[in-house]
Amino acid sequence: MLRQDLVQIAAWIPPNARILDLGCGDGTLLAHLRDTHNCSGYGVEIADASVLACVRRRVSVIQADLEAGLRFFPDDMFDTVVLSQTLQAMRNVEAVLREMLRVGRHGIVSFPNFGYWRHAVSLLAGHMPVSPEIPYQWYDTPNIHLCTPKDFELLAARLGLRITDRALLAGGVPVHFLEHLRASVAVYRFERR
Amino acid sequence: MSTSAAPGTASVGIVSPQRMHFAQPLILASGAALREYDLSYETYGTLNAERSNAVLICHALNASHHVAGVYADKPRSAGWWDNMVGPGKPIDTRRFFVIGVNNPGSCFGSTGPMSPDPASGRPYGASFPVVTVEDWVNAQARLVDALGITRLAAVVGGSLGGMQALAWATQFPQRLRACVAIATTPKLSAQNIAFNDVARTAIQSDPDFHGGDYYAHGVVPRRGLSVARMIGHITYLSGEDMTERFGRSLRSEEYAFGYGAEFEVESYLRYQGDKFAEYFDANTYLLITRALDYFDPARAHEGDLVRALAPAQARFLLVAFTTDWRFAPARTREIVSALVANGRDVSYAEIDAPHGHDAFLLDDARYHQLVGAYFVRLAEELG
Repeated sequence: MLRQDLVQIAAWIPPNARILDLGCGDGTLLAHLRDTHNCSGYGVEIADASVLACVRRRVSVIQADLEAGLRFFPDDMFDTVVLSQTLQAMRNVEAVLREMLRVGRHGIVSFPNFGYWRHAVSLLAGHMPVSPEIPYQWYDTPNIHLCTPKDFELLAARLGLRITDRALLAGGVPVHFLEHLRASVAVYRFERR
Repeated sequence: MSTSAAPGTASVGIVSPQRMHFAQPLILASGAALREYDLSYETYGTLNAERSNAVLICHALNASHHVAGVYADKPRSAGWWDNMVGPGKPIDTRRFFVIGVNNPGSCFGSTGPMSPDPASGRPYGASFPVVTVEDWVNAQARLVDALGITRLAAVVGGSLGGMQALAWATQFPQRLRACVAIATTPKLSAQNIAFNDVARTAIQSDPDFHGGDYYAHGVVPRRGLSVARMIGHITYLSGEDMTERFGRSLRSEEYAFGYGAEFEVESYLRYQGDKFAEYFDANTYLLITRALDYFDPARAHEGDLVRALAPAQARFLLVAFTTDWRFAPARTREIVSALVANGRDVSYAEIDAPHGHDAFLLDDARYHQLVGAYFVRLAEELG
């Protein structure tokens, strides 16, 4: 079972594409894309256990800090660069987005929607939100750059990224009515303008 | 087959070295030739019917073909990578046919400076030709030929052994499925060469060196060799590891106000140096450190490692250790970048281990699990 945002990401990736998956975790997405789309590529991952899991899946993985890890890759090497559920934990969001489009033609990011209605309810009740998408307490969270879809779109415009596709997911399915409140996860595909 | 695995142990058990003679000259990078030569080797496990499960292990500076197992008459003679190679070990001899080979120029059985020069009947000594990593790989390939193996499942090595694995990937791209290079570098730095030069100078300035022909004088440049080993040994350990192991501990309570081995670290290094001088050949030390210095595959390509590695077809596993300052992770990353630029299938792990360069020889669960997982996948492909 693929995570809901990964299903959406896979749907946007054409067969035989060369993929870079930043923060690839246990290599689930890359293994899936290899087995179903005949894709090839690399994952970048920092955690020892995840690197081992990738090797067990026969996924090519490079152990590095994401922000440094992009230096391994020459310009225009990939069709698509994926950053799933990681953007919100990056120190330098702008640099990462720019780097994604240096090494790849398309970028795909997914991130938890901080504007999800349950999060708003938590805030109204006086607490930082804790949900399946952002399951951390405020004092031990890796998430330092949470945002909403509209926030991301503003940044994308400022960085000159052209958004080609967007999926706002609630319970794993795209929603189109009150989507900024109903969606718990946002997924964007973008390219150079 | 030279193995008889004792059941219930994770060792390949009792092993015995073998020798193969090669009558065809080996043309060397220098233009010189080894007219004929012998290689010592050991094998563990069973070559399958398809001859597809062979793994070649390349040794580093002071090791040999004796990779795993023990010799019948010497219970404390475990191979230098016995924790990596064996039944149930990361390189599992129940699945793979593992070959350990001793390089020409060494002093552990293969033809080297101590061997008689067929032209004179006397030991080669200083006249043994300078050999390179690439020359070793050519010699190893002939052994692999003679064993009837067209394509190796993997070539594996750490440090200088990793350089040989890399050289295999470009010299014989079709002859290996996987290249596993650990704690290695695409070329020595000025600092690395400097350490080697100090070591060589220690040997060459020993009065017993006699220009490399000490065999004729019935002596060994023991002091020089010992100092060379002490210097080398320092570069194999991390600073923090030395602090952890020795700190400033003294062998007795108080300073002796002299120059003997008062600190534990001095005592340890001198012991290591003296022990090494008992069994290692000084000419071999010169020769192997020079092979290290010369290794620089990018040199023939205006320094472009991407082009140097372009012929490689194998898949790669590279491993570096965070506290290795001899061949730091940044050096391995250069190799990874060049392989990525060539679109090669490459995985890279950076193991946070405290033991410096020596970590590649030591037990570390993350390291061994990773290599083991890589070889499990490789074995599955072989069927």
